[in-house]
Amino acid sequence: MHIQEELSQRHVLSLTVSNEAGILARIAGLFTARGYNIDSLTVADITDDHAISRITIVTSGPPKVIDQIIAQLDRLVPVHKVTDLTEAGPFVERELALVKVAGVGEDRIEALRLADVFRAKVVDTTIGSFIFELTGTTEKVDNFVALMRQIGLVEVGRTGVVGLMRGKEAN
Amino acid sequence: MAEKSGADILVECLVDLGVEVVFGYPGGAVLPIYDALYNHPTIRHVLVRHEQGATHMAEGYARSTGKPGVVLVTSGPGATNAVTGITDALLDSIPMVVITGQVPTQLIGTDAFQEADTVGITRHCSKHNYLVKTPGRLAEVVHEAFHIATTGRPGPVVVDIPKNVQIATAPYARPELKVHASYRPQTKADAAAIDAAVEMLAAAERPILYTGGGVINSGAQASALLRELAALTGAPVTSTLMGLGAFPASSDQWLGMLGMHGTYEANWAMNQADLILCVGARFDDRVTGRLDAFAPNSRKIHIDIDRSSINKTVDVDLPVVADVASALDDMIALWKQRGHQRQDLSGWWARIADWRAKRSLSYPETGEEIMPQRAIADLYQACVATGKDVIITTEVGQHQMWAAQHFGFEAPNKWLTSGGLGTMGYGFPAAIGAQMGNPDSITICIAGDASIQMNIQELGTATQYRLPVKIFILNNEYMGMVRQWQELTYESRYSNSYSDSLPDFVKLGEAYGWTGIRIEGPQDLESGIRQMLDTPGPVIVDCRVAKLSNCFPMIPSGAAHTDMLLDPNQIAGIMSDEAKALV
Repeated sequence: MHIQEELSQRHVLSLTVSNEAGILARIAGLFTARGYNIDSLTVADITDDHAISRITIVTSGPPKVIDQIIAQLDRLVPVHKVTDLTEAGPFVERELALVKVAGVGEDRIEALRLADVFRAKVVDTTIGSFIFELTGTTEKVDNFVALMRQIGLVEVGRTGVVGLMRGKEAN
Repeated sequence: MAEKSGADILVECLVDLGVEVVFGYPGGAVLPIYDALYNHPTIRHVLVRHEQGATHMAEGYARSTGKPGVVLVTSGPGATNAVTGITDALLDSIPMVVITGQVPTQLIGTDAFQEADTVGITRHCSKHNYLVKTPGRLAEVVHEAFHIATTGRPGPVVVDIPKNVQIATAPYARPELKVHASYRPQTKADAAAIDAAVEMLAAAERPILYTGGGVINSGAQASALLRELAALTGAPVTSTLMGLGAFPASSDQWLGMLGMHGTYEANWAMNQADLILCVGARFDDRVTGRLDAFAPNSRKIHIDIDRSSINKTVDVDLPVVADVASALDDMIALWKQRGHQRQDLSGWWARIADWRAKRSLSYPETGEEIMPQRAIADLYQACVATGKDVIITTEVGQHQMWAAQHFGFEAPNKWLTSGGLGTMGYGFPAAIGAQMGNPDSITICIAGDASIQMNIQELGTATQYRLPVKIFILNNEYMGMVRQWQELTYESRYSNSYSDSLPDFVKLGEAYGWTGIRIEGPQDLESGIRQMLDTPGPVIVDCRVAKLSNCFPMIPSGAAHTDMLLDPNQIAGIMSDEAKALV
């Protein structure tokens, strides 16, 4: 007998939650306890009084599982609202990456040229290296990192995705 | 405002919330609370012998009274011993509040004596939990904990209170209920959903009502409304293990329990129905059997207070997110308003009569040994004959299924069993808790020889509080359900399923001041049961039954409702790996 896997789709979920002790563990633990995937997870408080946080989770699964994930998140007591940005309509998603690249001569010039194409900023430099700051979709960051790998990638830090619905309405 | 200690604030809250009984066990980190409870005029504390016992007693109390069960245990091992009961209450949606002591706040995280990360451990086996770090927060947390435990889909809530928070003081006044703005269980159904449900039900030619524990949790009113809806539609009714009693077993519309050990007629009616109205049940794997063959030709309506139960395993045509009583009330009102008449279901009932004619619950009898099914049936008859209110609890295993099949339940809250988690060791403490909440009822734990030993230490608790609970052990000297599965899937290799070195249950009971009765054979059965029921105090009965009986009918794991096994001759002995891999 072999274990069968189902086809997965990527979804970006946006949650507002009460900013209280244990909330992140509650959410992350729900994913592990029920066997759901987390591709990335970001969290920060978003109100003046620090009472509410927004959590953005990129997950993947078959449609039925995504539906369960939303229902399970929604029934946690401190969770205010769960929105599946992927389903709800057009949305903006961005992540920020810091990309350290080492090299001299032509490599150094090529790195700067590519950074310019990707609208990455230089936030640190030495004679032999740069740190680039880049924002964009996951795909754009992936592409930039892949190019830098050929030039002299040292290390990468990424925030994971944050997202908001397009348009003037609060979600 | 006068200040009070955290311990006094907690006890004051319990009084304000109407708590009459607390099941608990003292220890270092709850000593201040125990001191606040010392000689308390209204709150009765039941001293258990093991914290798991306390949680199941609280469940039994809650399930039989409709009030939340309350548990009080110390930090570390006190809390970890309670985890099984907390999980059991989560899976069976039992309202329960568990108060755990914790090491003082300045010692948290230092691996202090009897420190455990209780909120971490219970985070995913409770409906919600709290670590209270200041006495000023305690009152609102306790009030919110009871609100969350008892509303929406009920469940266990854990409140972890460090010892210094129990001693430190804060101003106290009875708090306004402040609940998380995000906690908003939907209890009233969408009108359009009710409309659609009523029309689907009115048009159905082969309807069936598939009911579950949600009907019981919704309160006595829900059971009354279920009976009314069944009368209006004339539809057959089946139930999950957890829902038994919501609909009377004596009704001619009753098909018996469905699922793995359900009746032939219930499972075939589910398979052949054109409309399934699921009321407070959740399409559990014990009920559905093989998913792709489950009720293939039916449209399905699912009434559930928990949206995450809908479409979790079985896709339904019409979700109705609501409290059962509220939804049934709305449906009945609309049914009457529209002037719907019950369909002519005679063709459907004729088919059901054919399935009933299989007599799937029948069992062979030689007259030489007691068949376990006969023991349950005789116990049922004897209970009816007393004319008294009877509450039945069970442990987990073959005896549990036989009790579900052969004991007739007429009313809700009389049947207490561990359905979701399947916790051996549940039944006896649950009977103690039920007896505490229902002092005038006859409370009987139907047990097996193996599972009764999992919380046997609570014999002392029943003795101490003079609780006249009865334990009726179907003793076949096996973990019978394990042995049955080994026959079914592993060619009868009985790996570790024999109950060796059993105690003498009669002497064991007597050692605790109980009455012990042994029933050796069919000639003693009736008189032994009568003696048990007539003896005023606690009684333990060791009923020796046929050793190798198996529980039928049975849908083996991985099989469809239409592939039921009706008798032992159909046992295959070998299964595919895919079927073996299912639980």
